[in-house]
Parts: sequence; C-alpha cells; structure tokens
Amino acid sequence: MLSIKNLKASINGKQILKGINLEVKAGEVHAIMGPNGSGKSTLASVLAGREIYEINSGEVLFEGKNLLQMQPEERARLGIFLGFQYPIEIPGVSMVNFMKTAVNEKRKYFNLPLLSSSDFLKLMREKKELVEIDSQLTNRSVNEGFSGGEKKKNEIFQMAMLEPKLSILDETDSGLDIDALRIVANGVNKLKTPETATIVITHYQRLLDYIVPDIIHVLYNGQIVKTAGKELALELEEKGYDWIKKEFAN
Amino acid sequence: MNNESDLNIVTKNIISDYTNNEKEIFSNSPDFINKIRQQSFSSFKNIGFPTTKNENYKYTNIEKSFFGNYKKEFKYEPLSIDVHEVFSCDIPELKNYILLVNGWFYDKNKILNKSENGVIIGSLIEAAKQYPELVKKYLAKSINPSTDTLALLTSAFLQDGLFVYVPDNVTVSEPIQLINLIVANEDIMVNPYNLIIAGKNSSVDIVVCDHSLNPNAFLLNSTSEIYASENSKIQFYRQQNAHDQSVQLSNNFINQKENSFVNSVNITLHGGTVRNNLMVNLNGKGACNNSYALWLADEHQHIDSNTFIKHSAEECQSYQLYKGIMDNKSTGIFSGKILVEKNAQKTSAFQSNKNLLLTNEAKALSKPQLEIYADDVKCSHGSATGQLDEDSMFYLRSRGISKKESCQLLMQAFADEVTSKILIEPLRNEINELVEKRLRGELSRCNKCKVNCC
Repeated sequence: MLSIKNLKASINGKQILKGINLEVKAGEVHAIMGPNGSGKSTLASVLAGREIYEINSGEVLFEGKNLLQMQPEERARLGIFLGFQYPIEIPGVSMVNFMKTAVNEKRKYFNLPLLSSSDFLKLMREKKELVEIDSQLTNRSVNEGFSGGEKKKNEIFQMAMLEPKLSILDETDSGLDIDALRIVANGVNKLKTPETATIVITHYQRLLDYIVPDIIHVLYNGQIVKTAGKELALELEEKGYDWIKKEFAN
Repeated sequence: MNNESDLNIVTKNIISDYTNNEKEIFSNSPDFINKIRQQSFSSFKNIGFPTTKNENYKYTNIEKSFFGNYKKEFKYEPLSIDVHEVFSCDIPELKNYILLVNGWFYDKNKILNKSENGVIIGSLIEAAKQYPELVKKYLAKSINPSTDTLALLTSAFLQDGLFVYVPDNVTVSEPIQLINLIVANEDIMVNPYNLIIAGKNSSVDIVVCDHSLNPNAFLLNSTSEIYASENSKIQFYRQQNAHDQSVQLSNNFINQKENSFVNSVNITLHGGTVRNNLMVNLNGKGACNNSYALWLADEHQHIDSNTFIKHSAEECQSYQLYKGIMDNKSTGIFSGKILVEKNAQKTSAFQSNKNLLLTNEAKALSKPQLEIYADDVKCSHGSATGQLDEDSMFYLRSRGISKKESCQLLMQAFADEVTSKILIEPLRNEINELVEKRLRGELSRCNKCKVNCC
C-alpha cells in the first residue's frame, strides 16, 4: 500500500529525515516509536503533504501513485488520513460544515453523487456512535474549546467519517486519560479492515496494549534504526532509548 | 480631478447647488427643519471638507469622492416604474419594509403610522409636520458643527428618511426595516436622514439596507441619529450592498442614557468608496454599547471605518469589533478612538480591529486610539492584520478539502465572528449567505431584481 524509499526531508535548511525506508501492506498495523526529536512527526506531516517541509530526495508510493507530487487534499481523497498530535481549533467553522465539505469533496473527486443533508446527518450519527463521541461536540466549531481528550476523539471521529485506507496517528495517545485512551483505541480497532492499514506514532507501550501492532519501528535521528515485532515495545518500555542511541551514536 | 482647483469646484458646486435651489429645498419641509438646514449649511461653508491632513480623514480624500456629475433632486421626482414590481426583499420575515427611493419616501400609504401603543413609524418630514415638538427636540442635536462635515451636508440637503418613535415601556416586536434604494438612469446624489427615538424601558430593532437597482454611479450620504433613553434596548443593523461605482457615506450618531443597551452591526458587502462614521456618546451611568462591522473589499474598492466612542458617564461599557477582508488591490481602513472622560470611572472599553489580506497588493490601515482621563478604568485595544492561518489551512486540506474551499471556509469563519452578532435569525442567515456568495466572487444581490445591472 505504502512504499517509502530513501526519503530525505528538511525544514529551514535543517535535515530532519535522513533516508527513511518503510513498507506498509494492507491489513497491517505499524508502530513508530523513538525519542523526542527523532523525526516521527515530520514523517507524518510529510506523508500528509505539509508544505513547510522540503523533500530533498526519495520516493513515496501510495498504491503505486507518486504521493510526493500530490496536494494534501488529493492525498486525503485517495485515502491518507493524518490524526494530528495537536488538532487545530478553527472558530467559526462548524464541525457539521467541515465534515460535510470534506465528505462531499471526496465524493466529487470520485464522481459520486453528493450526500444530501439528511443522508449526511445519518452518516454522522452512525459514526458518532461507532467512535463514542459526545454528540454535543459535533454541534460546535472545529475543536474550539475542546479538551485534549475531546480533540483526540474528534480526530478518530473524522477518521471514521472519511474512511481512509491508510491512517497515520501522530501521538494520538498524548494527553489522554485511560478512559479516553480506551475509547480512541477502540475506535481505531473498529475501523480496521483487511483493506486498511494504520501507522501509530507513539512514545509509550500503553497505547500498543490497545492497538496491537504487527511491526514496530524505531526512528532515531531521521532514520529507522530498528524494526521488530510487538515485543520490541516492551523492551523499549523497560530499557528506554539509551541503548539504541549508544548503538547508533557513531 | 486630482488637482486643487478641481476640488475647489466640488465645494463651490455644492454651495451653489444649495443657494440656487434653496426655495425648492425648503418648499416641502417645516420652518424649523429649514432653519436646521441653514445652520448646517453655514457650518459646512465655514469648515468645508476635511483634507487628508485631518487625522480622521488621513486615508480618504472625502472631497474627491464628491467629484462627479451627480444629479441632485431637490424635490420629489416621480419614477416611471413601480419599484415594487422590480424589487422585493428576500427575507420573508422582513416583508413589511419601508422604502426610500432616491432619498424620498416611496409608499404614501405608509407615510406615517401611529399604532395604538403610541409607536410612530414613517417619514421624517411627515413626522416633523405632525409632531414638530418631538422631532425638534432631537433632530441634528448630535451633529458637531465644527467637525461633522458629512452629516452637516445630509442635514442641509435632507430629503427624507425613517422616523421611529417608541414610547416608554413599549417593546416593538417586529424589526423595522428601511431600504434605501437607488433607482436612477443617471448618476445621482442622495441625502437621507433617519431619526430613531427609543423611550425609557423600550426595545426596538432597526434594519437599514442600502441598495441600488442600476449600475450608475451614485453618492449616498446618509445620517442616522439614534437616541436610547434609560433602560432601552436597540439593535441597529445596516447592510451596504451596491457596486464599484458607488460612494456610500454613512454617519451614525448613537446617544445612550442610563443602562441603555445598543448593539450595532454594519456589514459592507460591496461598495466602491465607503466611509462609515460612528459616534457613540455614553452619557448615562451603566450604558452599554456593542459595535461590530465587517467589510469585504476587492478590486480597487476603498472602505474606511471611523469610530469615536465617548464615555461621559461612569460604569459604562463599550465593545468594538471591526473586521475586514481585502482582496486584489483594495484598501480597508479602521480608525477608532475611545475617549474616557474624567468622571467616567469604572469604564470598561475594548476595541479590536482584525484584517485579512488575500493578496500582497491589498492594504489594511489601522489606527486604534485610547484617550483616558479617568483613573479607574479597564480599557484595551488591539489590531491584527494577516493572512489565512497556515495551520488551519493544512488541517482542512488534510481532510480532502481543496485549497480554494479551505480559504472559503476560513474567510467565512472570519466573517462569522461579526455576522453572528446579528440577533435576528432570518437576517443573519441571509447575510451569511450573501457573505458566502460575495467571498466566492459570485454576485451577491439580495433581491430578485429584474433589472439587470452590475
């Protein structure tokens, strides 16, 4: 589904990604872990199409298409979803209008008939139940005044609405209490199908108890330095990152 | 037309228009109004137009905006068409509007009605004839003869306008709507004057819409005087929606007594040159004024908002939010002053101007000012000019929304902070729709007019 080859990216002349290689197949859950500042969020942003990053070299294919040449909106319509670490508050744009526009822009792109207001509201109700989001939240402006947990639940709700093929969840667990974490993880698990894939970026083993990865990668200093099965998370939890840092210091 | 002698001609023409047509101008109005005309005219002759050296007119050469071959009607000239056949307001809830066509009162059957509860609504000139004492007590009392040039001109050439009187303890449940319509096949200058008086404990909502039915140039110089008595509540909404050839000048005087509350929202959807003056005088303890404005400008449009909020009594509150979206090579200007007099202790006054620039050539000029003579006050002001927020843009686009549509959503959200202050729901919905169309670059005509113009 996703194939990243030797991806290098920088911001303001500072090299962040120094040659990433990653293959993700449909049905898989990948976790990317790593110490602060290793480039995890940059990788997520670059895949979603954030323009502040400069791509220096490499290739990213999504279902065989060259992702790096696409606008962020086109990537989203083709099935890439980024769950933001810090979801943006947009006062004055209602959740309903936001989601309706997003769903219909995607339908337009695939030459599908636009959803009527009643069909849209029905879809919204279904997805709200699925991800257990408080129905009041969708009556408000996008993330405005939402608590940290509400914002993250809202990300999963948007994911449910947009039905992406590849979801990249950037530290979705940060700032969540244990109940919210469970709700968020349940949402992700319910949305999982053999045709979709998930990349979970996290610092902690905790989330991986709920969203069980098939493969864990450790990103350090702009490169994936270790790839292993889910047992790697436990090892990292116990030993920290120092042993990896030491191993790759040179 | 840029040189000084041309501009002198503008002033000279106005002076000769008045003196040569005095008899006609005076013919249909009572003596006390004509006396006010004379006083206003003589003050205008004394002070003339403010130049750009005047801080309040630094960015708008107001005299230049009067340049042009404008026809002036000194008495009512009947139209060849029935305006009701070509114009109707799109808001069903506001069907019972009062029409002022080219500055003259249009519906003779609505010329002045006094309802059982004492509310008087209709023509200002007619009110001056039937209730001279009432009109005399208020008319032109807010105009400062040494500074308010534009209002002096409206008062000198005063054609007609909306008169509203709400007696003490009366709540007017339906909004009162005035539509200033320009219907002319030649360039025209129009001077309407509105007078709104709200008694103690009364409540009234006023909606003023400025429109044109033709693509011809026009100059609309309107003045509104609003008097809010003790504990009264007034909502005052104005919508300006014309075309690039229009000059729309408005002078709004709001006088507030003890514990009165006035909420005013001005929406400039489209105009060539627009200058809106707001003068608020809070002269009773505990009065509260909220003033909001939104302007949308593109091409070479020039929109200038000037506010002066005077806190003359203690414990008053004022809040101003002025927002502009400027595209292409347009210019938006905000200049606002809050004056807190020495005795106006425990004042709270806030002022904010936010501008959104869509191109590098669009301009926003902002001059917030505070002048405080009391020592126990809470005052602040601020101004922010920028482009659409990058993080918000990316967030929307990352959900599959195109760049263009994301811009549209964010611009509407920017506008929403002002339009949400319109408390009449059908009006708010209509305005939001017009704002959306305007920002999409579609025509935002708000009437199903059959005359094809702009």
